[in-house]
Amino acid sequence: MTGILIRKIEGFGLFWLFVFKAVTSPLRRGMYGRSALMRGHLWSQMYEIGILSVPVIMVTGAFVAMTLAVQTFNQLAQMGLEERLGSIINISVVKELGPVLAGLMLAGRVGGALTAELGTMKVTEQIDAVTVMGSDPIRYLVWPRLLACVLLTPMLIIFADIMGVLGGYVISVWHFGVNSHAYWQFSAQTVEQWDIVVGIAKGLFFGAIMALISCHKGFTCQRGASGVGRACTEAFVSSFIAILVMNFIVALVAKAIYDVLYPSKAFF
Amino acid sequence: MSNNPKNLFELQGVSCSFGSLKVIDNLDFGIERGKTTVIIGPSGCGKTVLLKHLIMLIRPSRGKVFFDGKRIDQFNERKLIEMRRRCGFLFQAGALFDSQTVAYNVSFPLYQHTNYSQEQIDDIVREKLEMVGLPGLEDRFPSQLSGGQQKRIALARAISLNPEVVLYDEPTTGLDPIRADTINELILKLQKQLKITSIAVTHDMQSAYKIADRIVMFNHGRVIVDGTADEIRNSADPKVQQFIQGRSEELGNK
Repeated sequence: MTGILIRKIEGFGLFWLFVFKAVTSPLRRGMYGRSALMRGHLWSQMYEIGILSVPVIMVTGAFVAMTLAVQTFNQLAQMGLEERLGSIINISVVKELGPVLAGLMLAGRVGGALTAELGTMKVTEQIDAVTVMGSDPIRYLVWPRLLACVLLTPMLIIFADIMGVLGGYVISVWHFGVNSHAYWQFSAQTVEQWDIVVGIAKGLFFGAIMALISCHKGFTCQRGASGVGRACTEAFVSSFIAILVMNFIVALVAKAIYDVLYPSKAFF
Repeated sequence: MSNNPKNLFELQGVSCSFGSLKVIDNLDFGIERGKTTVIIGPSGCGKTVLLKHLIMLIRPSRGKVFFDGKRIDQFNERKLIEMRRRCGFLFQAGALFDSQTVAYNVSFPLYQHTNYSQEQIDDIVREKLEMVGLPGLEDRFPSQLSGGQQKRIALARAISLNPEVVLYDEPTTGLDPIRADTINELILKLQKQLKITSIAVTHDMQSAYKIADRIVMFNHGRVIVDGTADEIRNSADPKVQQFIQGRSEELGNK
């Protein structure tokens, strides 16, 4: 029991050491490689992580908002408040559902791929090969992936938000016949720029934590196919939980900042 | 300082353990410059671990490791880069970057450590691929090559910076006898032409006899015999004879 606890604490410490090395790796520039080469890696990672994720993120955003519209319409219609459907759908999508579900989808799609790729590189000694050739594997392999995730997760959240807003509109207005003008008016009254900015900014944190956990799991992967499989599962579960916890922390901090910036609206 | 200036590498009292398993046990060992040293021994005796100690992929649990007179086991990663730049390492399974082309693999150290133009890098890649007998494969991916070809590409990558020392982990394992001999010839050529110091870990006694200036047999984390190819052949130690003749324990007892 004590042994397991010590190993958990050791693992946690090693993860934060890895985070420190990853975040400070660009400072060790100059020693390693050419910036053109690193840019090439960054572009290829941005393509893999960003561009290829756009379709699944768009589908996620659209269907979540459409389902929300279907589930909420009856309750509001019974009270004669169906025109406020836009408020509920859009604030939910922009503040929570868009960012969190995009983050979780990316944890599965991108996080799993990062862990599998780096884990396979670890067990086939490719990471050791980077080291013996006088390069820093964290700078060469982790930094471009971390940067791509941090930069592109917010962009992907924008896609999820747009599709969510459109999906909600289509079901509410076209299917349930809610007045279009009222739908948008109530939406505009409820959703503030602050909500949109905070929702998108969550992507920075989700992208960072997902990339760091996934890369760390890949780097510490055990030998064999089962080792890579286990690392992928652990990476997804850990990223999933970390995104939910991070979402809660960002929501708390954002609320505190909002209360300071807009004290008159604080109770709403 | 290292005790013997003739030695490029020197290990003093080196031990290495993984948990309760002692892989290297208080080893004192030197590797002479410009010579080919072959380390033999049964599977799991710690040969590869020893090789990885020389390039600090594994740090010793105890003892000192010297390279060119400098104690490297206390170097940080930044200081080790300069030392590693002078070395090439051939991994047992090649360890090629499988998502990159052959040209990228061979040129990786050049991109990392030189300011050569793209044309110069392309020329070096071409030259190294010709040296290992695989010209024209620049645009292939490792998955499109056979195991033997991958190993030779890995060797081209290991020598792309013209290192002073090359460490080979099982250089001929998995190759047919003709390809294995090509690798042996290449190791000999590098040693003769460029005065490269070579350290090879192998099970292949034919290869060991062919390339070695010195053969060291390693077992249970210790050196049990150290000498020239002839001295090993004529060793009176039954364990050495059993190994070099490839006799299993049961057969040896009959």
